[in-house]
Amino acid sequence: MDHDKRLKTYEIMLTHYMKEREERTLYRGQQTGRRMIEQNVSPDEVVSMHIDVLNRLVPDLDGRVRASLDFLLEVMVGYGITYRQHQVLRDRQKQLDSEIEIAAALQQSLLEGSAPSYDYADIGVISEPAKKMSGDFFQFVHSENGCLGVALADIVGKGIPAAMCMSMIKYAMDSLQDNNQAPPVVLTALNRVVHRNVDPGMFITMLYGIYDPENHTFSYSSAGHEPGFYYSAKKDDFEDLEARGFALGFSPKTQYEKYVRKIAPGDMMMLVTDGVTESRTDKGFVGRKMIAGLIREYMNLPAQELVDNVFYELERLQNFKFRDDYTLIAVKF
Amino acid sequence: MKTKSFVEINSEWSIIQARRLGRSLSKYVGFNQLEQARITTVITELARNILLYARQGIIWMEIITAGGKTGLKITARDQGPGIKDIRDAILDGYTTSDSPGAGLPGVRELMDEFDINTMEGEGTTVTTIKWIDGTRL
Repeated sequence: MDHDKRLKTYEIMLTHYMKEREERTLYRGQQTGRRMIEQNVSPDEVVSMHIDVLNRLVPDLDGRVRASLDFLLEVMVGYGITYRQHQVLRDRQKQLDSEIEIAAALQQSLLEGSAPSYDYADIGVISEPAKKMSGDFFQFVHSENGCLGVALADIVGKGIPAAMCMSMIKYAMDSLQDNNQAPPVVLTALNRVVHRNVDPGMFITMLYGIYDPENHTFSYSSAGHEPGFYYSAKKDDFEDLEARGFALGFSPKTQYEKYVRKIAPGDMMMLVTDGVTESRTDKGFVGRKMIAGLIREYMNLPAQELVDNVFYELERLQNFKFRDDYTLIAVKF
Repeated sequence: MKTKSFVEINSEWSIIQARRLGRSLSKYVGFNQLEQARITTVITELARNILLYARQGIIWMEIITAGGKTGLKITARDQGPGIKDIRDAILDGYTTSDSPGAGLPGVRELMDEFDINTMEGEGTTVTTIKWIDGTRL
């Protein structure tokens, strides 16, 4: 609707309302208002239109009323400018959203979508960002001798900066020549990359472990990462997969220790990022004990269903609002 | 009526003078009431910027014709500190002072033509034109 047509419609409605004072006309007036919003008509333009029409309908309008309307128009000009600026910002926001959408999709393609399958272990994984992009990273590393490597990293912080850092870890992992390097060697190499390339204030916790099906051992190292949960079938109890080591990027001289655990059939491992153990409800932190309880509840399901269920319970506990990125990896032996 | 005038900006009072001149010139040229109010707002913003950042300066107003069109050209000039990052200053939604004014983005939005020339430490000149029946309004 162009300006003249809008003016005409407004004039007809206002004439009618001044004569009849009907609710119907007010209703139509609001609808017209909504249409004008769609057409990006700014508030000062509406006031200006009103004054024009009123001057035509009431040529002998009281001088004081006329002056008051001029005054109103002057006041409204500032609103008009703000209105237009909001529209510009809204458009820019839309553009930004779609760029983030693309970046998030790109990032997802860096993560392996589903868990690999092995005849000696049942693996499940779920990874969900707090916002659109994730600062969590996981990767399964397959080596020729049948060993399974698992990497899980958590970039401190979230959103876009964390996501950019995450892709760096991914490429650093890919550039490791040998797929069967011991966990301390992997973490030491990554620590150098992170220390050289990332802001001093930013660091990354990471756990890297290798399962050897021949010796039934899981050897691992941790760079300040949240301990994993280990379920021993023999003891029918949970233990922490304790390990010590500074976060990646903290110091270039950090040495990482190797920890080895003997695995028995029926045992299970749940590796998590700290978003999981630092889940908060209205009553406080969820805590490791409660998470162990959740794992136990769904432990008899296949690994993928296990992580999906624990994840869903955590979501529910927090009213579906995430404060951090979440990753859970379950390995059932 | 004189078609070329200027007001020295050095106080709140001079802002009123500049507004008054701008309103009468824009009325004389034939802008409608809303356009007059918007042009006056532009003059206010430019004058306030001068006062805020340079303490003093000049606002020129000139009725111009080109290609059969008539318009009002407003030039604001000061010898203040200049604007360090022009891109930020004319980006919508950005203002350095927390005043609720329109800022330079608002000025650019309300006028048909907008040009800024600034050198750090040497001052700023903003030139802007509003044509009768311009495209923006």
